[in-house]
This record gives sequence, C-alpha cells and structure tokens, in this order.
Amino acid sequence: MKSSSTRRVLLASAGIVALAVPLAACSGGGSDDGTVEISFLTQNTGTNVEVAEALIEAFEAEHDDITVRLETQPAGTEGDNLIKTKLATGEMEDVFYYNSGSLFQAMNPDQNLVPLDDEPWVDDLIDTMTPVVSTENGIYGAPFGATQAGAVVYNKKVYADLGLEVPTSWDEFAANNEAIKAAGIAPVIQTYGDTWTSQLFILGDFGNVLAQDPDWAEEYTAAERKYVDEPALQGFTNQQTGFEAGWWNEDFASALYDDGARMVATGEGAHYPILTGIVSTFQQNYPDELENIGVFPLPAQNAEDTKLTVWLPNAVYIPKTTEGDKLEAAKTFIEFLNSPGGCEIQTTVMVPSGPFATSACTLPDDVPGLLKDMQPYFDEGNTNPALEFLSPIKGPNLENITVEVGSGIRSAEDGAALYDEDVVKQAQQLGLEGW
Amino acid sequence: MTSIAERPREKTAPSPRAKRKSMKSMYPTWFYIPSAVLYIVLFAVPTFASFYFSLTRWTLFDSTFIGLDNFVTFFTEPMMFQSLINTFIYAFLTSGAKVVLGLALGVLLTGAILGRGYLRSTIFFPVLVSTIGVGVTFKVLMDPFDGLINKSLAAFGIDGPDWLTDPALAIYSIAIVDIWKGVGIATLIYIAGIVAIPQEYYEAAKVDGAGSWKNFWHITLPLVRPATATVVLLSLIGGLRSFELIWAMTRGGPGFSSDVIASVVYKQYQAGFYGLSTAGTVVLFLVVAAIIIPIQYLLTRRQVES
Repeated sequence: MKSSSTRRVLLASAGIVALAVPLAACSGGGSDDGTVEISFLTQNTGTNVEVAEALIEAFEAEHDDITVRLETQPAGTEGDNLIKTKLATGEMEDVFYYNSGSLFQAMNPDQNLVPLDDEPWVDDLIDTMTPVVSTENGIYGAPFGATQAGAVVYNKKVYADLGLEVPTSWDEFAANNEAIKAAGIAPVIQTYGDTWTSQLFILGDFGNVLAQDPDWAEEYTAAERKYVDEPALQGFTNQQTGFEAGWWNEDFASALYDDGARMVATGEGAHYPILTGIVSTFQQNYPDELENIGVFPLPAQNAEDTKLTVWLPNAVYIPKTTEGDKLEAAKTFIEFLNSPGGCEIQTTVMVPSGPFATSACTLPDDVPGLLKDMQPYFDEGNTNPALEFLSPIKGPNLENITVEVGSGIRSAEDGAALYDEDVVKQAQQLGLEGW
Repeated sequence: MTSIAERPREKTAPSPRAKRKSMKSMYPTWFYIPSAVLYIVLFAVPTFASFYFSLTRWTLFDSTFIGLDNFVTFFTEPMMFQSLINTFIYAFLTSGAKVVLGLALGVLLTGAILGRGYLRSTIFFPVLVSTIGVGVTFKVLMDPFDGLINKSLAAFGIDGPDWLTDPALAIYSIAIVDIWKGVGIATLIYIAGIVAIPQEYYEAAKVDGAGSWKNFWHITLPLVRPATATVVLLSLIGGLRSFELIWAMTRGGPGFSSDVIASVVYKQYQAGFYGLSTAGTVVLFLVVAAIIIPIQYLLTRRQVES
C-alpha cells in the first residue's frame, strides 16, 4: 500500500519533470574552442537580410575568432511587440537592429541596454543622431544605414513631358496635379493596402510645421500643442484636399507599397509621398527607371516654410543580457559597422536612401538621382527631423486615421482630434508630465 | 506537493459521498495531476494574473497600479462603440446564417440525394482549412480590381462592389466568408441531430397523411432543438470573439470600419498598452458571458420543457 503510493508520487513527479525539461533545455549554450558565437537580429523586410548576410561575411573574414548567427523577425508593430517581449524575458539576441527615436525610448533603454559611450565610433555621429539613440544616462545605439526623407517621390519623365517644374508651395503642387490629371495620369499615388504608407501627408509635413513653430515638438511632448490646431492640422487638411480633388489613383484603397513603387517608376502615377528608402525597391525592380525618379519635400502652404523632413537611420543595440566574451564580441561587431569595411557594405549592398548619420561613412559619387535631389536641402540647412525623433509620442492609430481621412470616411478636423485622443494613451504609458 | 500526498485518501475514510465517488471513478486521483498542473500553470494562473494586470499600467518591464483607469480608457476609446456594434452584427449575422443554412443543408444531406457523401465532405472541407489561409485567399479573391470575384462579375456585365475597401461593406464581406467557412460544422451537428430522430415519427405522420413540409415543420424542427442550441451557442461564442479572419482580411480597416472588440484589443496590445489590452480581454470575457449565459439558460430550459 505504502510502496504503491510512493510509486505514484514518483510517477507524478516524473511526469512533471518530463514537462519541465524541454523548457530548461532552451537556455544554456557556449563553446570551448576559443571562438565566440554571437547572434544578430535584423528585420526580414526589404533588403535587410541580404545586407546583414553581406555584413556578417565581411566581418567574419576580418575576425576569425567570432562567428555571427543571423536571426530575423518581422518589422512594424508585430516586431515592436517581439522586441519588448524578448527584452522583458531576457531572450534577446546579442546584437539587434531596431528603430531609433520614439521606439528606442519605448524599450526602456536604461534598464535593458548596454551603454556604449566609450566606443570609438561615438564621436563620429552627426549632432542630430546622438540624441535619438541616447537617454540622459548615455548612448545606447550605433546607426546602421543612411538617413531617409519622408517626401514626394516623383516621375521626372511625366514632369518633362508635361513641362512641369518642381513645386515649392502647396498651390504650385495643386496646379501640377491638375495638369497631370488632365493628361490622364494619376497625380498622387496612395496605397492604403499597406496602411502605414497613408501617414506621409502628416509625418512628412512635420518639417514644415517646425519651420513655422520651432518649439512645436517640445511643446507637444509637454501637452501644450495639438494636431487639431494649425500649423500641424495642415497635413490632415492636405490629405483631405487630395481625396476631394480626385488626385488619387483609382485603386488607392487596396493598392500596396510595391504597387506604388511600380506606378511611380513606370509613370502610371506622378507623385508618391513616401520614405526615400523606397530607392532600394527601385534598384531591385526597376533599375532602368532609377534615373527618372526624383524627390521633393511635401510643399508647405508658403514656399519659405517648405523643408525636407528627415528620418534618422535605425540603429543596432546590445541588450544587458549579453555578457562576458559575447559582450566584447558584440561591441567589436558594432564597431565594424562604422569602420571602412562596414561602410562599404552600407553603400554597395544597401542602396543609401540619403546622407549618412556618421562621418565614418561617406556617400559614393555615383548615387541615384533621388539622392542628388536631396543633397541641396541638406547643404542649405533646409531639413528638419521627423517628429518621432524629437518627441517620444507617437499614437498607434495614426495610420488608420489617415486611411480614413484619405478615403473620405472622416474629415481632417475629426481625424486630427481623434489622433490627439489616441496619443494620450501613449503619453500616459510613457509616464510623461502633464498628461 | 506534500500536502496533496498527505491528504487522507478516500478509501481510508469512507463517507457515503466518497464511497459513491470512488465507485464512479475507476482511476485514482493522481491521474488528474498532470492535467491539473497544465491547467493551473497555463490557464488558471494567467487568468487571475490578467485580472490583476488589467488594473495596472504595464510596460512588461514594470507595472503601476492605476485602479479602474484602464476600463475607463477602454470604454472611452473613440472607436469602441463602433467596434462593439460590429461585434454584435458579426456574431448574430454569422450565427443566424449558420443556423438557417446548416439546418437546410442538414435536411438536404440526410435525404436520399445523388452524391451525398461527396456533398457532405465538400461542405465540411472549409472547416479544415486554416482560418488565416482562408482570409488571405479571400482577400485576394475580393480585390476590387484584380480579384477573381469582381472579374467574374464583370464578365456578366456586373460592376462588383469594393468588398473589403468599402467601409460600409467590409464587415459583411468578412461575415460571408466566415459563414462559408463555418457552416460545415453547423451542418454536421444538424445531420447528427436529424439522424437521431426516430423513424417511427415519420412513419406515423405518413399514415396521417403529412407531406414533407409538415414533416419538417412538426417533427424535424422541434426535435433538432438540442442541435440548434449547440449550433447557436458555438457560433455565437465564436462570432463574439472572432479575430483571425478579420485580421487576415482587413486588419479592422479601412480605418476602423471593421474593427471588433478582439481586434481593438489586439491593436492595443501591439501598441504596447499591455495593461489596457488586458482590461479589454476582461471586458470581452464579460460581454461573451453576459450574452451566452442567458441564451444557454433559455435554450436548455425550453429543451427540458419540450
């Protein structure tokens, strides 16, 4: 009787152990032969994987004692979630690639990331880059890739055929659009099948907002400025105007980002407000059209307020869970990114979407026309950073709201008011003052 | 562990109730432990933890207790009302259609028709396909310009609607796909229910001169009430918490026009509002319970009466 009861206890315990063993097997690892293996997490979108593979190959050629294992994950909100979950559970890869600016702040860097203040590449960063990968306590990320602009990508052939000039104010832009429409070409391409692309009228207009109100971003973080008021409301109004004027391509509600790239490259459409990172899609799918594609900032109402809105590059970070040899190897890997070898990968495999954010890397001379169009704005100081690099507040529902405004479901004022409500949650979650 | 092991076993302290229990169960209590551990670790603990976290502002890294603020925020979400309405439209529409179509198909497929086995499997087949796969496929089929559906309609000179991009239509388009996918289960339940009706009733009715319509109305329909109750409950619960199909097809869009409670919760979760989205799941739990419990009571009570 007693023995059978003991046996049962044993069996039950064995059962529990059997359940728990696979969980424990997940941790552990390491090697004894002197080489260190680190893992590098990147996003599986666009050309990210090819770039990472080229980078790892070049790095391993220089460093025999370090091997790098590539891991990928989705970008966008799904990726945001994975990053936070991995950091919170201590399962993050040794080095990972992720957004700078507001999304970087949302990772709780002081608690989760390794400070990199003493690294040699830190002094090379341009002034606007440092704050978007830093907290009050130090710098946590190294830029990877080039800056990009949120602007109007346009087809130069269409412009040449119709004898149009690059607009500097909204009225000129509107006049161009009417001329293009009369010629039977879609003046403005919108692709709401990929909802994030709908936000450019607001996000890409931010340079113009800042030109009219230099303190807007700080005041916004302090809950003193709102999107329902000018000058910020203008972005929503512009989008509504575009829909009401019938500027969009016929299939705007279901078209995807790749369709937008096709339309502007082939001249089915004239303007596509988008991030200039799209240049890598052109390079891949329409290399022959690359020189027919140009870019100009989203025009402000007054020509003197028109500024190019610039996105700073994403960065690579090291989580606190990377320790010992792996930490040293991870730092060496990051250092390599901003060395001549790393820069070469960034300029050849990865088509630069704008100037670099570190003086360690310089643009080659034979850049696509898209970049040449951007350079004067940088040279003349006519650029402003996007809002997400000046304020940690970015509401999650902006892309749905802009789809509604751009589809005529909701008015610009309603959309702006709804977005103001939407960001309150984000500000509270971040524990900001005054919300 | 030890406290369980030292608990007096039922055999040593027999009471009338325990005796009955031990007679009923042929397995020792120990056999429950593996499933109990799984249930507690994977279900009970998270459930109760979620009640707590719904009262906090939670970043995964740390949480601050904020009382009922999350529930206030959840109910003042601008798109909350719309998504609540959508949830009800979706649940009642799909549930109703599955009852009507499931019963019709059930009657058809228990009758003597040609190719019955083939038709039965054809109708059941969509149930076996992954919901996400169905969603992605129909998203392509329902594309307003290049989709097969509108192209086919165009061949007959019909200008097809913007199935998924028209804000007034999107939720209904998804509901149609849901019905197509889910009607197989309803049909299966009805077939089982109809087959279980004793043939004597029909024979007696035949003697009395009843036609097939009267047979259906006075014999089949009342006697498949248990099947109806099952179909209603299952499809209503499924409809109220429906998410995958909506997410695969529209992500709640265009804008917020096909959002339901579950997709709002998921979006909040994606945005990193972990406390808020947990509050949302608690609300969803309460809504489902508030609708299902009375309906279940109503349906089972009638069953007893009949």
